[in-house]
Amino acid sequence: MAKEVAVIGVGQSSFVRGYEGSIRELAFEAFREAMQDAGITAKDVDASVFCSAPEYDKQRSPAGVLAEYLGLIPQPTFYIETVCSSSSSGVKVGYSMIKAGLHDVVVVLGFQKMSEITSAESQERMGRGADIQWEAPFGTMMPAYYALYAQAYMANNGLTHDDLMNVRIKSGTYGQINERAVYRKGVKASDFDSSNPDARMAGAVAWPLRVGDACANADGSSCIILANAEKAKAFSKKPVWILGIGAASEAVNMAARPDFSKGLSVGYNAAEQAYKMAGITAKDVKVAEVHDCFTIAEIMAYEGLGFAPMGEGKQLIREKATYKEGRIPVNVDGGLLSKGHPIGATGGSQMRTIVLQLRGEAGPMQVPGEPDIGLVHNVGGVGLYGNVTIFGR
Amino acid sequence: MGFDKFGRKSFTGMTKTAKFVDFLNEGKIEGTVCKQCGAKYFPPRSDCAACLSKDMDWFDMPKKGTLETFTTAYYAPFGFEKDCPYTMGVVDFGNNLKLFARVAGDLKPEDVKVGMDVSIKPLTYEDGQVSFEIIRA
Repeated sequence: MAKEVAVIGVGQSSFVRGYEGSIRELAFEAFREAMQDAGITAKDVDASVFCSAPEYDKQRSPAGVLAEYLGLIPQPTFYIETVCSSSSSGVKVGYSMIKAGLHDVVVVLGFQKMSEITSAESQERMGRGADIQWEAPFGTMMPAYYALYAQAYMANNGLTHDDLMNVRIKSGTYGQINERAVYRKGVKASDFDSSNPDARMAGAVAWPLRVGDACANADGSSCIILANAEKAKAFSKKPVWILGIGAASEAVNMAARPDFSKGLSVGYNAAEQAYKMAGITAKDVKVAEVHDCFTIAEIMAYEGLGFAPMGEGKQLIREKATYKEGRIPVNVDGGLLSKGHPIGATGGSQMRTIVLQLRGEAGPMQVPGEPDIGLVHNVGGVGLYGNVTIFGR
Repeated sequence: MGFDKFGRKSFTGMTKTAKFVDFLNEGKIEGTVCKQCGAKYFPPRSDCAACLSKDMDWFDMPKKGTLETFTTAYYAPFGFEKDCPYTMGVVDFGNNLKLFARVAGDLKPEDVKVGMDVSIKPLTYEDGQVSFEIIRA
């Protein structure tokens, strides 16, 4: 467990619908909080990495524009994209630059203003979410892809609609107490009951997935400040170290995917690398953030990360083992489902949550027992990219 | 180059595998096979990632497979709204060959089951677009 690169500052904007400002101003919100958290100024920063999904940005090549707005010129700046896992990939790049000795302190800033484009433009892009040559011509969309996995889990692993609903109820429990979350309401079983005329979440989207199985779109930004050991010790009283990083990729076309009832290969491939690098196993993880873009994705993550055996992820939600007081608390900030999923900002926001947990500063969301090791699982596309990052005190 | 005729709505017109559309018009669903190393691909590719050969041939996709998984879309992306609801699925033919497509409209969602025996056939839409679909075996 080498302590070579640390997180010395974290920040996040509120995740909202229809942010009333530009992407520069949105980026500034997370940056300001992270810089104040680290107690540093722009002259202490050697380089910056900006992360988003570019199909939502009107601004071409946003890195240079945002670096200027944040006062980070003339230092070098870079742009990284792996859709929904962009800022986790950005942290891997920042980590690598520091480890290589090129830079001492690197700012990684993820942002997404999903409302930058109109809903008609968004609808059009949604159909091109994966393989545009061979799959989009059938009328695919993100919920349909994840529904393919949910259907296979239901047929082969005994997963039920109640299990998926219970993942959503858990996220609602914590979205209520996270003041940065876009969805602040609690979720009840009656919200999924199609016989209830007021049910908000019962409508079929891509069967077997329903409205309530999908995460909330949002505008938002996140910021993670990384430093080498020398600077981390100089600047920070509570550095949180990156102990392991894993990243993987998978075929875009569903025809080239392995067994659908065994989840996303990028999850377990990235986890295996990260555990090996950190020299730990799943049992050592005390708190985790996983990529719950859909309820089924959280169940698959339990298995890919080794929190449950393959096919048995459903047991964790049935036993409430992933609640704050459970054996392995997962997404106790509301997750993507309730906190929201501003694509490029999501990974950095998950990391902020884990860093605050390890520092004992997570407020009403703090898990008991002074957790010493936390994990972030962040997926891009339909398991096209996967990133697992392990943090420790 | 002809590939704009593929699917309910095509997003790319130009590919070296555009002959796939001609085969559909002849009633055939074809994958590609590498002449150098024998690697088989569906959907078709014009280049072999296994041995870097560009020398590919076409082969007939198998007709008998099982439905590995499926979903029924109750809302659709821009340009597909009129087709709702529609079912899409993955067919496993064994030997690492799978296929993603829509399930034929005459199969009701409640009659579609994971693991059922299925076949595939080419399809021509009323506007002249061509595709292929999953049918009951």
